[in-house]
Amino acid sequence: MSLNTLTIKKAKEGLKRKEFSSVDLVKACLSEIEKRKSLNAFITVTEKEALIHAEENDKKIKDGINLSLLGLPISLKDIYLTKGIRTTAASKVLDGYIPQYNAAVVNKLYEAGAIIIGKTNCDAWAHGSSGENSDFGPTKNPYNEEYVPGGSSSGSAVSVAASLSIASMGTDTGGSIRLPASFCNVVGLKPTYGRVSRFGIISMASSLDSIGHFTKTVEDSAHLLSVTAGRDVDDGTSPDEKVDNYESYLGKDIKGLKIGLPKEYFSEGLDKRIKELIEKKVKELERLGATVEIISLPNTEYGIACYYIIQPAEVSSNLGRYDGIRYGSARQNFGAEAKRRIMLGTYVLSSGYYDAYYKKAMRIRTLIKEDFANAFKKVDVLITPVSPTMPWKIGEKFSDPLSMYLSDIYTVTANLAGIPGLSVPIGLIEGLPVGMQIMGPHFSEGKLFQVGQVIEDSEL
Amino acid sequence: MKINIKHIAKLANLSISEEEEKKFDRQLSIIVKYIEKLKEADVENTEETSQITGLENVTREDKTTSSLSQDEALSNTKNKHNGLFKVPKII
Repeated sequence: MSLNTLTIKKAKEGLKRKEFSSVDLVKACLSEIEKRKSLNAFITVTEKEALIHAEENDKKIKDGINLSLLGLPISLKDIYLTKGIRTTAASKVLDGYIPQYNAAVVNKLYEAGAIIIGKTNCDAWAHGSSGENSDFGPTKNPYNEEYVPGGSSSGSAVSVAASLSIASMGTDTGGSIRLPASFCNVVGLKPTYGRVSRFGIISMASSLDSIGHFTKTVEDSAHLLSVTAGRDVDDGTSPDEKVDNYESYLGKDIKGLKIGLPKEYFSEGLDKRIKELIEKKVKELERLGATVEIISLPNTEYGIACYYIIQPAEVSSNLGRYDGIRYGSARQNFGAEAKRRIMLGTYVLSSGYYDAYYKKAMRIRTLIKEDFANAFKKVDVLITPVSPTMPWKIGEKFSDPLSMYLSDIYTVTANLAGIPGLSVPIGLIEGLPVGMQIMGPHFSEGKLFQVGQVIEDSEL
Repeated sequence: MKINIKHIAKLANLSISEEEEKKFDRQLSIIVKYIEKLKEADVENTEETSQITGLENVTREDKTTSSLSQDEALSNTKNKHNGLFKVPKII
């Protein structure tokens, strides 16, 4: 069997029982990466480094050393700084940039014994919902290469979906993990804001960026979060909140669990086939003991407008550092989408417009946060679609930026409220994947895994 | 509402071509028209949210720790001289 198709759990078992080595695992992934080159999922493949690390880890395994991710090949979205390994943000501006330090999460992964197999392709600067805004060419959906894999963590989603790595790290600022997870049939986690350190990860919108990951199963997702979560002194927005025992939520039933369905997420604009599929799954959860209640998140209609003011404002500030002095090339090398967002952000922050746009959006953000807080007084979790549509063909929305932005309609609210969201696969429609989103209060990732695994195990 | 693209580009330190200016004017106008939706919301008595998980005054001890060496800090640019970053003349 192809070792690259194993989950974290099965790979760890196999390594422990000496059925295969870490070098075997890495070689299997490298071979698949080469075979599926047409997917354009990687910007940099760290073949040499990965094999050296694998050999070192095989020695550790032989010596009976036990680490959470020992010997497992993982890929990283190319906005994670990796010391000595080219990091481009998928932009021409950083084409030759070699970081002098690792992101905090990268150090955590190394300490847990993980092997970095490469840096994945993404929308440049994480600006996008399809994977088409990369200066290194679009990534393709492994289920049908004419279709988008979703973005902005496009390469990371594909890396797991096509078994090019055992797991992959991404970021989610407005849906950039949950949407590609949904489009590529893998599990995607956006943790609570601040749960995982942002230090050393190229900033997009600092009050919205969330550091998460893609895995093949919910169990793997819980395992990986237990490695990456935790306070980091270098990230002032990472709280002291104790890291939960995420894996203890697995294998539990959902009797008595209160599920809320926000009516605003199931109205017109949602593909009827996706709606039917979700309703079927929710009925199954009811059969397994959960109660379901229709609730309302009344300020949902302002979500996209609010997000597309706050996010570009923060982007325009964060991308100000790319002046070609300490690193990177000239600002005219920014792609069209980056320029659009920088200008939109500059506009809403400029004198005469700041109050009408930015300040107002900050207040609407409070309303959206309160909507969720009120909902969670009545229910334990919320279930919603991830995307209003099925994956679209490459090029179909490219010349219509607003249409691209509207695909984030069900995902931006979680970033505005800082709450966690988990996207789990629930089936295929005409050969293309569909995911379902579970959201909970701040720091309720354990509960999301509990529900997610029940959904994963359920029959339709 | 007419956006002054030239002015915005200058504020953002972006040089854009005539063609780009026309394209961005068109695209940004459509987007700005959409975000005007916010005008409908009543936020008279609502506070602003900037820190979503309620953290305040996060500090650390005023102790120096190891950081990048001078060579490491300069490693990603050609614009250097005598261990310093070289920048365009400002004054």
